Amino acid sequence: MKKFLERFYLVFIFIFLYAPIAALVILSFNESKYMSQWGGFSLKWYVDMFESSLIMSALRNTLLIAALSSVIATIIGTAACLAIHQMKPRSRAVIMGLTNIPMLNADIVTGISLMLCFIAFGISLGFQTVLIAHITFNIPYVILSVMPKVRQLEPSTYEAALDLGATPLYAFFKITFPDILPGILSGFLLAFTMSLDDFIITHFTKGAGINTLSTLIYSEVRKGIRPSLYALSSILFVSVLILLLIINRPKRNAEKNA
Amino acid sequence: MKWTRKLLAGPYLIWMAGFILIPLGLIFYYGLTDSSGAFTLENIMAITDPQRANSLWRALKLALISTVICLAAAYPLAMILKRIAKNRSSLIVFIFVLPMWMNFLLRTMAWQVLLDRNGVINNVLGFFHLPRLNIINTQTAIIFGMVYNFLPFMVLPLYNVLMKIGNDVVEAAYDLGATKVQTFFHVILPLSVPGIISGITMVFVPALTTFVISNLLGGGMILLIGNVIEQEFTFTSNWHLGSGLSLVLMVFILISMALIAKYDKEGEGGAF
Repeated sequence: MKKFLERFYLVFIFIFLYAPIAALVILSFNESKYMSQWGGFSLKWYVDMFESSLIMSALRNTLLIAALSSVIATIIGTAACLAIHQMKPRSRAVIMGLTNIPMLNADIVTGISLMLCFIAFGISLGFQTVLIAHITFNIPYVILSVMPKVRQLEPSTYEAALDLGATPLYAFFKITFPDILPGILSGFLLAFTMSLDDFIITHFTKGAGINTLSTLIYSEVRKGIRPSLYALSSILFVSVLILLLIINRPKRNAEKNA
Repeated sequence: MKWTRKLLAGPYLIWMAGFILIPLGLIFYYGLTDSSGAFTLENIMAITDPQRANSLWRALKLALISTVICLAAAYPLAMILKRIAKNRSSLIVFIFVLPMWMNFLLRTMAWQVLLDRNGVINNVLGFFHLPRLNIINTQTAIIFGMVYNFLPFMVLPLYNVLMKIGNDVVEAAYDLGATKVQTFFHVILPLSVPGIISGITMVFVPALTTFVISNLLGGGMILLIGNVIEQEFTFTSNWHLGSGLSLVLMVFILISMALIAKYDKEGEGGAF
C-alpha cells in the first residue's frame, strides 16, 4: 500500500512537471493554428520557424552570446580558481562571498544594476552589453565547478615536474590542466546552459535593436502565441535535454570512481 | 612564483568589481538621490504609496503561498527519491530536476497554453462535459506558474541534504525505541533544516521578484512588486524611483541570505 502511494505520488509530480512540455511539443505538430482544435500532423510550423528571419537572427544571437560568454567566463573563472587557491583563508572567503552575490541576488536587481552601469558609463546597449552581462553571471558557475577540482590537486606532482626541468607553463598543461579538465568542462557547459536560458538579465541589458530567443518569445507571447513558437520551444527543449545528458554523464562516472 | 600565480585572479577581480560592485553601488546612488543628484529618501518611501505597497504585499503573499506549496510537495518527493534512488541513483533524480534547467519562459508559456480559456485543460474538461476552469489571469494562475517553475529548486537541496543523513542514524533511533513519527520529527527533520532553508530561499526570492510569471499568467492586470520596478525602467524611465524600490526589494533578499548564512554554514544545502 505504501509503495503504491509512493509510486502514485511520483507519477503525479511527473505529470505535473512534464504535461505542459508535452502539450507544447504536441501543439508544435498541429496543422491548425488554434490550440483548441487538432488539424492533423504537420511540420509546417517548423518550416515557418526556419523561414522567419526574426527567429533565425535571435537564434544566431543566442548561440553566439552563449558560446562567447561561456568561453570567456571559463577562461577568467579557471584562472581565478588557480589564484584563489593560493590565497589566505580570509581573502579566499571574501572573494567567494563576492562570487556568491550574482547567484543569490535576484536576477531583476542584477539586470537593472548592469543596465544602470552601462548607461552611466556611456556604453550603448546592444550585443556587447548582453555579452558582458552574460559573462558576469556565468563566471560564478565556472568557479563553483572548477574550485573543487583545484582543491583536490596534488601540489607535489606539479613541483616534481618543475624540479625535473619543466617550465611552469609546460608543467601546468601537462600536470595541472588534465586534472582539472572535468571541472572546466562541466563549468563551461553549465555556463553555456545558463546563458542559453537567461531572460531577465538579457531583458534589461539588450537595448532596442537586438533579440535573443528568450526575449523574442517574451515579446511574441505578449502579442499572442504563434505556433511557430511551439516549434521553437520543442527544439530548444530537446537541445537542452541533450546538453544536460552530456553534462551529467562525466559527473556520474566521477562519482562512481570516487 | 606564488605571487605571480595570484595575479591570475586579476581579470576576475577587475571584472567583478566593474560589473558587480559598481552596478550595485549605482543602484544605491540612484535609489538615494533625486533627479538633481541631492540625497533623498523619497524613492524608498515611495513604497508606502497604496498601489505600490499593495503590489509588494501581493508579491509577498503569492511568494509565501508558492513556497509553502513547494515545500509541502517537495519534501515527500525528496524522501521517496532518497529511498528508491539507492541503486538507480542519478536517472530518476535527473528526471525530477531536469525542468529546472529548461527555459524559464517556455515553462511559463506552457502553462499559458494549458490554462487558457480555450486551452488544453479546458478542452479536456469540455470533452468530458465537465465545468470549465477559468483561472487564467488570476492570482491562482500565478501561483500555479510559480510552483511549477520553482518546484525543482526545492526538490534538489532537500534531496541533497536527505541523502547525507546516514541510515545508521535512523536505525539508531529505532533501536532506542523511537517510532517512525518520532524518528522523523526528532532526527530526520532537524537534520534536513539546511536543505529546507536553502530550498525556501531558492523558491522565495525568485517568486518574490518575478515580473514574468505575473505578466504572462496574470494577463498584465495583476501587478507584483517586480512588475512595478520593471515598468519604472522600461516604460516610465524613472531610474531613481525604480532603484529605490529595488533597494526595498533587496532588504528582503538580504534577510533570506542572512537566514542561509545562519543555518547553512557548511554550504551543505546547496543545490549545485
